[in-house]
Amino acid sequence: MRLSCPICGERDIREFYYQGADVALNRPAPDAGDDAWQDYVYLRDNQPGEHRDLWQHESGCGSWIVVSRNTVTHEVSGAKLAKEMKRAKA
Amino acid sequence: MRFSGLRVLKEGLTGNKGWTPHWRNPEPKAEYDVIIIGGGGHGLATAHYLASVHGITNVAVLEKGYLGGGNVGRNTTIVRANYGLPGNSEFYSHSLKLWEGLEEDLNYNVMHSQRGIINLFNSDGSRDAAARRGNQMVSQGDDAQLLDTAALRKMLPYLDFDQARFPIYGGLYHPRGGTARHDAVAWGFARAADQRGVDLIQQCEVTGIDVVDCVVKGVQTTRGPIRAKKIGITAAGRSSEVAAMAGMRLPIESHVLQAFVTEGLKPMIDTVITYEAGHFYISQSDKGGLVFGGSLDLYSSYASRGNLPMAEHVIESACTLMPAITKAKVLRSWGGIMDMSADGSPIIDKTHVDGLYVNCGWCYGGFKATPGSGHVFAHLMATDNPHPVATKHRLDRFRTGVGIMDEEASGSQHNLH
Repeated sequence: MRLSCPICGERDIREFYYQGADVALNRPAPDAGDDAWQDYVYLRDNQPGEHRDLWQHESGCGSWIVVSRNTVTHEVSGAKLAKEMKRAKA
Repeated sequence: MRFSGLRVLKEGLTGNKGWTPHWRNPEPKAEYDVIIIGGGGHGLATAHYLASVHGITNVAVLEKGYLGGGNVGRNTTIVRANYGLPGNSEFYSHSLKLWEGLEEDLNYNVMHSQRGIINLFNSDGSRDAAARRGNQMVSQGDDAQLLDTAALRKMLPYLDFDQARFPIYGGLYHPRGGTARHDAVAWGFARAADQRGVDLIQQCEVTGIDVVDCVVKGVQTTRGPIRAKKIGITAAGRSSEVAAMAGMRLPIESHVLQAFVTEGLKPMIDTVITYEAGHFYISQSDKGGLVFGGSLDLYSSYASRGNLPMAEHVIESACTLMPAITKAKVLRSWGGIMDMSADGSPIIDKTHVDGLYVNCGWCYGGFKATPGSGHVFAHLMATDNPHPVATKHRLDRFRTGVGIMDEEASGSQHNLH
């Protein structure tokens, strides 16, 4: 599995740090309550197939990226800068 | 049929014509008292203890593939009780005691071999941690000895003790730890459960869980609907998929863990060795293959196979620790899907749906837990109360934050275990 950093191009997976499902883009408000925070920190859909997760190009440019990939085949279909996705949402 | 030495002798002299299949292959009935989803080690063990301890025999184990075809047939077979946190400590201690009586209980040779486990340490700090861990093990009633390098050199002369990067400072020896024949564990539990009347239904995939007004009613399967009063989920890496059928999301992320085995070699390693600095562990199977592995690949995956960086890392660790094996050829490697909980400890609990129980989050350590997990899950399902050694494996600890069991003290977060 190789990942394409939007800034640096396709790189070895060893250059990247895996954070987890892309829920980090939807951080709840501090007072959102236990259920919202449990959803955010712990509960995961975790279904096989298409999946979006958050990685950091730790040994490269340092960008946080959202990777779209298939967890059954390890096929990577895309990667976008997390800050741009966040901005598009706002 | 009961197995015995006499029986083996008799069959050997009469052409081995008297052996019968280990279990029936029944058609599913319309209704059961209990359905277990997942015919792996934990599911089969649960069925066995439901029948043998609690007298509940109107039970079906539903398996989408074949019995023991998941992680119980794909692991590195290590059995140990060296956990430290309250909750895990008493649970794994309980499980090890069950292992020690398992072959008599099941009338089945699971080749449980208490060949010992040695956790090597490579710094003063990790020696302190090992001493503390050993004291915890002794105080929970199990065994542990701190070995210095002189003692280790006698036991494991082939290690590279004086390597520049991670010289070996000693090891924590757990003599009652060891290995077992993983497939035989699944087969032994299956046969014992079947003999008490449990229906083991293979090639039967659960496609839906019927819940009415928050009460479980049964399941939909590829072999038709089956009603049940109680349903237990023991689906390991597939737990999230099954739980989603009841509208639940679990604090689980599925990850891939690789393992490797070499060609058969002459007897060399007569114990289990773990190498902290390299995140590596190794033992030798009775067939002679060196069985070894390391960390997760560390990204979520359902692929049942890993990528090369972790394979390379594990094999580098092997060569660093014991240069003698550098010429051994790796025969095969594979990956299993691990149900990683956010704090690294399992979940054995009721759910918000009446009659629906969940047993998951075994991370990369489910094999050693097999008898214990089945035993306490059967207790929970039969009595609706947690077994005394499994009171802390609660599902709601993630919501409340009370009782999080972060055994490695690395943080309670999905990517840290």
